[in-house]
Amino acid sequence: MEELLLEYLPILIFLGLAVGLSGLMVMASVVVGARKPDPEKNSAYECGFDAFDDARMKFDVRFYLVAILFIIFDLEVAFLFPWAITLSDIGVFGFWSMIVFLGILTVGFVYEWRKGALEWE
Amino acid sequence: MNIAVDISAIWPELFMAVAAMVMLMYGAFRGEGATRFVTWAGVLVLVVAALLVLAGPAGKTTAFNGQFVVDAFAVFAKVLLIAGAALALILAQPYNMREDIKQFEYPILIVFAVLGMMMMVSANDLLSLYVGLELQSLALYVVAAIRRDNLRSSEAGLKYFVLGALSSGILLYGMSLIYGFAGTTSFDGLAAAFATDSDAPVGVIVGLVFIAAGLAFKVSAVPFHMWTPDVYEGAPTPVTAFFAVAPKIAAMALFVRVMLEPFGDLVAEWQQVIWFISLASMILGSFAAIVQTNIKRLMAYSSIGHMGFVLVGLAAGNETGVQGILLYLTIYVFMNIGTFACILAMRRQGRMVEDIDQLAGLSKTNPYLAAALAVFMFSMAGIPPLAGFFAKFYVFLAAIEAGLYVLTVVGLLTSVVGAYYYLRIVKLMYFDEPAEAFDRAPGREITVIVTVTGLITMFFFIGLAPVLDGAEAAAAVLF
Repeated sequence: MEELLLEYLPILIFLGLAVGLSGLMVMASVVVGARKPDPEKNSAYECGFDAFDDARMKFDVRFYLVAILFIIFDLEVAFLFPWAITLSDIGVFGFWSMIVFLGILTVGFVYEWRKGALEWE
Repeated sequence: MNIAVDISAIWPELFMAVAAMVMLMYGAFRGEGATRFVTWAGVLVLVVAALLVLAGPAGKTTAFNGQFVVDAFAVFAKVLLIAGAALALILAQPYNMREDIKQFEYPILIVFAVLGMMMMVSANDLLSLYVGLELQSLALYVVAAIRRDNLRSSEAGLKYFVLGALSSGILLYGMSLIYGFAGTTSFDGLAAAFATDSDAPVGVIVGLVFIAAGLAFKVSAVPFHMWTPDVYEGAPTPVTAFFAVAPKIAAMALFVRVMLEPFGDLVAEWQQVIWFISLASMILGSFAAIVQTNIKRLMAYSSIGHMGFVLVGLAAGNETGVQGILLYLTIYVFMNIGTFACILAMRRQGRMVEDIDQLAGLSKTNPYLAAALAVFMFSMAGIPPLAGFFAKFYVFLAAIEAGLYVLTVVGLLTSVVGAYYYLRIVKLMYFDEPAEAFDRAPGREITVIVTVTGLITMFFFIGLAPVLDGAEAAAAVLF
């Protein structure tokens, strides 16, 4: 049990570093950062929503659509990285497995394109 | 590992996946005009897949490092669920045309759902089980909400999604516990781990109960049934017909395999759980159905009750029990599809009628439909010599063999209670003053399906022996 837990020590250290460092940066910006707010800086940014408003409001469904479509291709890339790195070990079988996966994704992509999911207006 | 051998075990699934993607591309480029063609193509794909299943390897074959298994049990369940799905898809055709459900995605989603179900039935590992289950569920959520401009349908889809996600979470949690305590997710490995006669660790028992709860959600057994009436009522009727047969068969076959293969040596641990959910489903299914006025809700409670009867066979945990389950599911497909075909014929001035009272005096206005519905109702009540009698007979036979006397007695009593609401429909149709007549000509497909399933239900005893033999061979694989 001890040895098993010891294997996870680097993760614990990394976790501590991540929490400490990010906490430090947030605190530093609060303590030493200069703050000169003006209406433009406090206004909604990019997506067009008020940052401080009632949570119950109408929300354009297109944002969800874009987010969902993004996730699919984001995951594709997340699969592609380990695949590319271990390609020499997994051989022909691994290669064609990924090609099949990409083929299925392409079918989905063509479908959403034809359905007009990628058009904003 | 030889890839050619692996592929040869998954021909039906491979064919369905490729065909569904081709259909999707065809539909995407042709638009809504393709719906009719894609629907019949979907039926054809299902039929070809069933033939490929039957032509599959004889004997037990595992593929892809033991993730996937083809045996007589899987073949039996696959043929059954494909038959149910194909009939439900044919039923949907006239309804969808009339009600303006023009999406060509509908048949494609059905094919994908069936693909997921076949994966479930053939799963030989907790992970491939989960992947199949999710493929099925995701397709079903969308199908439930296919009429997205209809409040009820969207609500049904959302409820199904939220509760389905919850049950998947419960299932996954159980799997993670099992993996943590047993060190493997493969069914063979788990069976080997529990074969030694030492007691199973408590974590495995907890995981087993979680898995049982997750699967009970999918077969809508009490106390995990609450989504069923709302989803059945809200979803468009052909979708309800599909929900009532194919996913139930797949989930029940999966339930049986999971309980008897990896956890077969822990019978003492899960038998009481199954015993309870079976008892509760039978009781709630029969009593709650009495007060229903909507026929689709009635069918929901009826299916909860039927799942209770099927689970009696699983609680027995013997070969006769599994044989009884497979026989029950076979009969259940035809009874249910037939009843839903009758419900689809309930239209007045072009609008669907779902109130049970509106069936009053149907024998005078539409004697053919009334006779068919009466056959299905008598069969569901379990009156010999109709099919439903044999279904109940064999599961209770197994329960007696296993010494589950309380379950058997309660089961028989609840089937008497159930007979009340089934026979009430017959009474309404034959002895009450006629309500306004339904529209004529419900569609050729519906008439044909009502006739075929009605004849099968009526004369099932002729074909009983071969079905029983097939079920026996399928059941023998699990022991």
